[in-house]
Amino acid sequence: MSDIATDNGGWPLFEVFIRSKQGLSHVHAGSLHAADAKMAIENARDVYTRRNEGTSIWVVPSEAISASAPEDKGALFDPADSKIYRHPTFYTVPDDVECL
Amino acid sequence: MSKVDALFETCLRLGDTALVMGQRLAEWSSKAPTVELDIALSNHALDMIGQAQLFLGYAGRVEGKGRDEEALAYHRQDFEFRNAMIAELPKGDFAFTVVRQFLFASFAEAFYERMLASTDADLAAIAGKAEKEMAYHMRHCGEWVVRLGDGTEESHQRAQAALDELWPYVHELFTTDDVDQAMIEKGILPDASTLKEEWLAHVKAVMARATLSLPEDDWMPSGGRTGQHTEHLAYLLAEMQVLPRTYPDAKW
Amino acid sequence: MVHEAGSSDEMRERFDAWVAAENKVEPQDWMPEGYRKTLVRQISQHAHSEIIGMQPEGNWITRAPSLRRKAILLAKVQDEAGHGLYLYSAAETLNVSRDQMEADLMSGKAKYSSIFNYPTLTWADVGAIGWLVDGAAIVNQIPLCRCSYGPYARAMIRVCKEESFHQRQGFELMMALSQGTAEQKAMAQDALNRWWWPAVQMFGPPDNDSPHSAQNMAWKIKRFSNDDLRQKFIDMTVKQAQALDLEIPDPDLKYNEETGHWEIGEIDWDEFWAVVKGHGPASRQRMANKRNAHADGAWVREAAVAFAQKERARAQKAAA
Repeated sequence: MSDIATDNGGWPLFEVFIRSKQGLSHVHAGSLHAADAKMAIENARDVYTRRNEGTSIWVVPSEAISASAPEDKGALFDPADSKIYRHPTFYTVPDDVECL
Repeated sequence: MSKVDALFETCLRLGDTALVMGQRLAEWSSKAPTVELDIALSNHALDMIGQAQLFLGYAGRVEGKGRDEEALAYHRQDFEFRNAMIAELPKGDFAFTVVRQFLFASFAEAFYERMLASTDADLAAIAGKAEKEMAYHMRHCGEWVVRLGDGTEESHQRAQAALDELWPYVHELFTTDDVDQAMIEKGILPDASTLKEEWLAHVKAVMARATLSLPEDDWMPSGGRTGQHTEHLAYLLAEMQVLPRTYPDAKW
Repeated sequence: MVHEAGSSDEMRERFDAWVAAENKVEPQDWMPEGYRKTLVRQISQHAHSEIIGMQPEGNWITRAPSLRRKAILLAKVQDEAGHGLYLYSAAETLNVSRDQMEADLMSGKAKYSSIFNYPTLTWADVGAIGWLVDGAAIVNQIPLCRCSYGPYARAMIRVCKEESFHQRQGFELMMALSQGTAEQKAMAQDALNRWWWPAVQMFGPPDNDSPHSAQNMAWKIKRFSNDDLRQKFIDMTVKQAQALDLEIPDPDLKYNEETGHWEIGEIDWDEFWAVVKGHGPASRQRMANKRNAHADGAWVREAAVAFAQKERARAQKAAA
């Protein structure tokens, strides 16, 4: 990814995250090129929020993102499958007890 | 001049300046240095055209002769246009465009901020929208002025040349005449002449970051606001108005 | 997803099964080189079409006949620039840089939709493009929202959502002309005459003349055949032309009661291939505009890089 990140005439690639509404998380919207972070935010505003899609923007240089490797998916995520005690439906409680 | 005439004239001045600025910005479509900047300049153009629609629409209602914003935009001649001349200068290179937009927006932002308190409810409402847009243009174009000024030798030279060429035309923005005075006295319009010091301080700070030098005040052309324009406006209007003038009965 | 394990045949088999089961492929997943190459070609071609497609309509922005139309047109052309960017980002996830894609466009190596090589001679052409070209594009693009490649599918969802207004504004513009003065109506009919066949050709050569179709369908990069999509467009558009009281310029156009479809006359594929090869009436002009804008903007892009470097150096010095 690093050779791409410094491309486009030296304008690196940024990943854009947009908070669409107060109270929601920032969600990945896409990527864009900019010479610096300030420009990346302004470009993100024009490219990804032309229809009022945002209340807040994060931009992160793409090369700063570390991703889990696809082949690790089993090792990283399968163990959670067996920890069903993390979900409320795992527990049996009497029907007539309220507020549980 | 009656109050109605003065208010009509005022709305034309505000609306025409916005319209001509918007038309010049719109010339950048498909020609900007990057696709991202193409989108940004179109956004600026859309803001200016939106302001023009509001000001000219209100002008038509004030006049009361059945002309709407379209009639006023498309069926007046160059000497009937009331825009400040800085707006009509040809689009030039990217440096010229962002320096102009920065200088104008820095003025307009301060002006519309005062106009929020206008005794005229319609103008106060338009100012509410326009002020936010101008604040963004000022910031966005200001950042570009700094990047170009403090970028490469070429970009520095181009930005300085743009500033030198534009500087004489900024003074007209701060002039006031009888029309303005009548509006200022009634609390309808802010007094542009009182904004210059604040504007200059802001412009100086940005130009210092951009390592650009402020030109000397020397030649100060004005006249656009009373219909005395440069040679450029008639060409701009000939292009803009060609269809409604060729087909006067048509609706689009 | 398909892991990089086993022989290439095994991986290929697992990949095909994964895609056949309507799963998505993501950038880091293993994929056959042919799949990657096809996607790069298709997505970048699509992005280039959005970017070059700004020009024919952009030609009328400064001459739009009302402020309302000017704002609509500016916003629409601006959307096309945005869509080009969404698509360039999607292609970049396949390890091809935007610089490279743009260089390929400007050298003539990469193609874009031929329809943008026709000139916009009157204001009605702006309406015809919105109505016909965007109409055809939507028919083409909606299935791509379910494309097997995740980033492309997601970009297309965004594009389709935003494009719904494009076709409507084009139709509305044509309606205003066809219900307007005699001169306006003639302008609308003339535009339909010139844009109809290029729009029909937008779906590409007939299925029996489209060598990669079967593989692309299996990979779910393409979801319907060229001819099926073309037929869908024709059925939809003939009715719309009737509503506009305009005539489709095809003496052989007829309704087939049995199939329930409109049948058109012979498509001039020689013209299509000539335009694809760069011999369209405005091909050279479109490329020249793109190259000039790029060359004229070089000093701006360089300045931004130089400034960013200075800022970083200043920040490092301040931190030291």
